[in-house]
Amino acid sequence: MRVLLRNPRRELQVEGPLSVGKLLRQLDLNRESVLVVRGDTLVPGDAVLADDDVIEIRPVISGGALA
Amino acid sequence: MKCIVCRGPAVIDLRRHNANFCADHFLRFCRDQVVRAIDEHHMIELGDRVLVAVSGGKDSLALWDLLIELGYDTEGMTIGLGIGDYSAASTEAAVAFAERRHLPLHRVDLRGDYDYDIPTASAVTRRAPCSSCGMSKRHLIDKSALDGGYDVVATGHNLDDEAAVLFGNVLHWHIEYLGRQQPTLAERAGPGGQGSGTLAFPRKVKPLVRLAERETAAYCVLRGIDYIVEECPMAAGNRHLRYKEALNAVEAASPGAKQAFYFGFLARAAARFAPEADGADAELRACARCGSPTTGDVCAFCRLIDQVAGHDPVPVELVRPHRGGRRARTKARP
Repeated sequence: MRVLLRNPRRELQVEGPLSVGKLLRQLDLNRESVLVVRGDTLVPGDAVLADDDVIEIRPVISGGALA
Repeated sequence: MKCIVCRGPAVIDLRRHNANFCADHFLRFCRDQVVRAIDEHHMIELGDRVLVAVSGGKDSLALWDLLIELGYDTEGMTIGLGIGDYSAASTEAAVAFAERRHLPLHRVDLRGDYDYDIPTASAVTRRAPCSSCGMSKRHLIDKSALDGGYDVVATGHNLDDEAAVLFGNVLHWHIEYLGRQQPTLAERAGPGGQGSGTLAFPRKVKPLVRLAERETAAYCVLRGIDYIVEECPMAAGNRHLRYKEALNAVEAASPGAKQAFYFGFLARAAARFAPEADGADAELRACARCGSPTTGDVCAFCRLIDQVAGHDPVPVELVRPHRGGRRARTKARP
């Protein structure tokens, strides 16, 4: 599957099928810090991603100056 | 994984609530959390005019969208910080959101209106960019709210923001800040005091404090809100981010830890620090230049303008945000 990562923007090829939880562990990502997006919706932690899926792993932590 | 409400397919799992939701019930969950925060902390009254501080990021756009959904009378305000492409894209996201909903968005531009920007301010003052950025935003948001006669300013601080700030304040025992770390900050009278008829600070509220930032991002995805996903290039490596990472590591091992930390503080500790915060206001007077409340003769914003306005713009790439970075050379324009 194609995996788009952000900050910095980059792309990986990962072999599927694979659960979201396993993919995040494989990439050493904390599930509290990201969302997994497929198309225009979200994919929960137990979903299985197919080999031909295109997904985005979107970071959710922002750390700019607070007003 | 099934939705805890309707048993349909879930799109998100919230371990801190031991719950999974489908898209519709997740959006309802977000609205319910905001309603609860507004009610519990007496944030907004029916008929209040609300100024929403909008950056173009997930939190502020989710906040504005939620307040619109809940029927509040809102207008937006955004500040062009001059942080290269990042600021341009942020403003674009805020403008697109407002235009799509036919709502007013008031714009202030640091370079256009005050002849400086955040990278230049950081380079000239030789301080971390978040310092002048936060101070500029607070000053200009307060000023816009008071000048525009709004009843309340709403900001997009979420549970992670508040937990990280609390963590930092406890780590360093900033007790005057602990006394003021509340979801609602009441309006405060001007230097003339109560009965003077002028306000020094508008009421400020944080309706997203019951939502984690993973939830505000999910809200935007499911509502089709285009927000700027890229991180501010000046924030990389700052303390606030490090605190968030530390708390997320705890949260991953112990779901619910962040909310227990923050809401436990509000319920059982915050009041103990309130006198410290009250004391900090005792000597407020009007800034000799702009009239804003300050403890000295000239407020911090006017002092920053004195120091940085008129310098040639410093490109973002030449300003390293935090420790260990290369410093840019700066030059005042004649």
